[in-house]
Amino acid sequence: MIPELGQFALALALILALTQGTLPLVGAARGMPSWMNLARPAAQGQFVFVAIAFGCLTYSFINNDFSVLYVASNSNSALPLQYRIAGVWGGHEGSLLLWVLMLSLWTMAVSVFSSHLPDDIIARVLGVLGLISVGFLSFMLFTSNPFDRLLPAAMDGRDLNPLLQDPGMVLHPPMLYMGYVGFSVAFAFAISALLSGRLDATWARWSRPWTTTAWMFLTLGIALGSWWAYYELGWGGWWFWDPVENASFMPWLMGTALIHSLAVTEKRGAFKSWTVLLAIFAFALSLLGTFLVRSGVITSVHAFATDPKRGIFILAFLVIVIGGSLALFAWRAHRVGLGGHFEVVSRETFLLTNNVLLVVAAGAVLLGTLYPLFLDALGLGKLSVGPPYFEIVFVVLMAPALFLMGVGPLARWKQASLPELAVRLKWAFVVSVVTALLLPLTMGQWTPLASFGLLLALWIVASSVTTLWSRLKQTPGASLSKKLRAQSRSYYGMLLAHVGVAVFVVGVTMVKSYEAEKDVRLAIGDTVELGGYAFRFDGLNEVKGPNYTAVRGTLTVTRGGAGVATMYPEKRIYNVQKNAMTEAAINTGFTRDLYVSLGEPVGDNAWVVRVQVKPFVDWIWGGCVLMALGGLLAVLDRRYRVAARARTREDALAAGAAAAS
Amino acid sequence: MKRWQWWLLPLGIFLVLVVFLGVGLTLNPREVPSPLIGKPAPPFELPQLHEPQKTFSQKDVAGKVWLLNVWASWCAPCREEHPLWVELAKANVAPIYGLNYKDKRADSIAWLQRYGNPYVLSVSDSQGRIGIDYGVYGVPETYVIDKRGVIRFKQIGPVTPTVLKEKILPLIAKLNENT
Amino acid sequence: MKIRKYLILLTIFLCAVTSAHAADDAALERRVQRISEELRCLVCQNQSLADSHAELAVDLKNQVREKLKQGASEKDVIVFMTERYGDFVLYRPPVKATTWLLWFGPGLLMVAGLLALFLRLCRRATLAAAPALTAAERARAAVLLGNHSEPDHR
Repeated sequence: MIPELGQFALALALILALTQGTLPLVGAARGMPSWMNLARPAAQGQFVFVAIAFGCLTYSFINNDFSVLYVASNSNSALPLQYRIAGVWGGHEGSLLLWVLMLSLWTMAVSVFSSHLPDDIIARVLGVLGLISVGFLSFMLFTSNPFDRLLPAAMDGRDLNPLLQDPGMVLHPPMLYMGYVGFSVAFAFAISALLSGRLDATWARWSRPWTTTAWMFLTLGIALGSWWAYYELGWGGWWFWDPVENASFMPWLMGTALIHSLAVTEKRGAFKSWTVLLAIFAFALSLLGTFLVRSGVITSVHAFATDPKRGIFILAFLVIVIGGSLALFAWRAHRVGLGGHFEVVSRETFLLTNNVLLVVAAGAVLLGTLYPLFLDALGLGKLSVGPPYFEIVFVVLMAPALFLMGVGPLARWKQASLPELAVRLKWAFVVSVVTALLLPLTMGQWTPLASFGLLLALWIVASSVTTLWSRLKQTPGASLSKKLRAQSRSYYGMLLAHVGVAVFVVGVTMVKSYEAEKDVRLAIGDTVELGGYAFRFDGLNEVKGPNYTAVRGTLTVTRGGAGVATMYPEKRIYNVQKNAMTEAAINTGFTRDLYVSLGEPVGDNAWVVRVQVKPFVDWIWGGCVLMALGGLLAVLDRRYRVAARARTREDALAAGAAAAS
Repeated sequence: MKRWQWWLLPLGIFLVLVVFLGVGLTLNPREVPSPLIGKPAPPFELPQLHEPQKTFSQKDVAGKVWLLNVWASWCAPCREEHPLWVELAKANVAPIYGLNYKDKRADSIAWLQRYGNPYVLSVSDSQGRIGIDYGVYGVPETYVIDKRGVIRFKQIGPVTPTVLKEKILPLIAKLNENT
Repeated sequence: MKIRKYLILLTIFLCAVTSAHAADDAALERRVQRISEELRCLVCQNQSLADSHAELAVDLKNQVREKLKQGASEKDVIVFMTERYGDFVLYRPPVKATTWLLWFGPGLLMVAGLLALFLRLCRRATLAAAPALTAAERARAAVLLGNHSEPDHR
């Protein structure tokens, strides 16, 4: 009963989405308020029904309803509760339902937090979001129904892939989808601006908080995925330039370019068409990611069960949505005016240069990801494009962008002077160079790559300090704390996010330059030394988990004789799927991680054990969290509390009128 | 290019991309084509499965069009394609030689006894070294080699009746025509 | 209890493969590791040879080790692999005619993008600059600014 209820709810949601996607758009084009006003209730109704459907699927998982094919394929009665819930989005059909739930959530949010928007704009934005919903809901109902029955019902389920049975899996997809789907809001704003012909700074102001929030979630989602791969997959890597990872990274790059471009458009009303194009690109890359993961076009460990029929559907959807928007762009965008004037050297230019570099980086990642497909399609052979390519290309493209990150915030809008900037940043530059040359020596070995990476990171921090100092000097105020409080939250958000990037760069540089690894055969009692730490293999015993049995090793770690930690790596066999899983033991520290994983047994009570010391690896994800926090600060900026502002303005006008009369 | 045409550039690039993606749907990204096609079959000299004191080399079949089938007793898909080889052996179209890949002698002999032996003979590649030379990355795989010892075709995965009819048999016929 | 423990070990043993590690020669191992990281495992195609525990991966790693011991250079090993498995096995695509676009594309795109930006900015600057305010407009602005002080937006 419940699955059928869920399916029915989806069908109702589809009908509401169709309404939401057609009538308000027509109403906005023809100026019919009654049709435009259908948008909000349709959006809210759609959310209710999608939530009901999601609830039904979750219920089926929790209650082990193996008469539902999707539940039988992705769950098991012995699976702990939290993973039964996470199993809802563990496979293709359920993850699509999660996508649609996120989309209806964002749509709901837009319909609620948009009282200050004109009716035709909100009608168009919700209308576009409705059309996207129609696409995904029909995709689900016609090709990937999570509520398909399995009759006769299975005795027990096939279990969730053991790799997915951990906390990272519970958080990573929802966070990631919040980001992906969030860019659809920026996209909807862009399309509605093109449709209405009202492409101005106001549009950028409306769009900005939504885009920044989506970007924030995507940052966290990608960071979670990387951290999860690190501790779950067992060999200490945290980014593989796997096609599906790239599929999430490209929208992030484009989204970063977009939030910077929106700053130019909002502040100066300039480069409006370019910003619209970026918004379309960001969402297009989200959709492309969906296509790549689910169509079987590329090999990836992340790819869902592949089915070319589904691939055709998504491709058709891609053509309609993106092809349509780019056609609309070609038609409408060139009529837009130039906007605010600015000199060749100005903050606008720095922001736009950042844009070019980020877009080219996204393009390079796209090229590398799809190149094997291009060659194969042209019959020119098969090749692979892996980490060696991406690392070289990405670093070369991003290094200038990181350098500019220090200069941009200090430059004035409209007109800046290079000599003046050079003078102001002289101190920051010197400090960065000197520190970057000396710091690697503390790690024991000087490498040019380590120095260069540290230089970029230190440069960002030093120039951010310089910018803040210069800003505080210009701010009127009696005391330092008053001056600090006078700055807007979005200003601190920017500084925090940039510092987050610096922290990230430190993490990547240090790990790549100084990580150490040893793969050795250890018998009980043997010790292996690495990076100043001594790892003693103390014992092995058998452990039973809720749905697995494992061999657990015990290693005692000391440094200079003093005890540091005891680590328990495991090799698990899950009862249902019978595959062996390596659970690495990680000792987390501020300046390094110790990473131990069991390899294979060799001989009598001896194992091949892999021991790694990874300096500053947690700074990678720490940096990402700082970036996301920066985004959060920017969104919480007081100027977005529109209602509060409107009130204060009314009060001020009233007081002024009373005083004048 | 006129000014307004620049605005169509993103759309144009997108459509080209879509065409490639569409073609991509028809391809198999996991398949690794062989770089050895058109090159001489890598040389080997391996002990025969049934008579390990004797060896066999690819030189011994020079002058004939022949098939090399990589198989193992532990390989499930091999069982699927095996009846086709048994049939083909009876038809006497071309000699079929087996490369017994990373297998145990006793298991292999028993397997052939159970499912039929279409091979003129099989050689034992117990370490898989010759397999590596031939670019084997899975089992079963099959090679069609011509009279001069050049590899002309490689089938990755089990042979199906369609592949046999449309690719392998016509190729063997064509290669046999040339002197 | 002991039998169960050994059965588990045996199962794991059967699922994985014992690799005869020449862990004594650390420098050789580092070279093997470095090369293996650049090669794709053909069985589980999303892992490098270094990370994979598949049988073929272990065999190929052993081949790499042997070849290095025999005095082959890293380039020779790469050639050995591509002769048998094609370019697909390399994670670092070779630079040849079919990959020029791949290797030089991003750099060219960056140069082209920055150039296009620069040209556009220059053209902008030569177009009508912001018109100056008239005296009356200036006076009006002063009045408005005097009555309202907006917080500076970033």
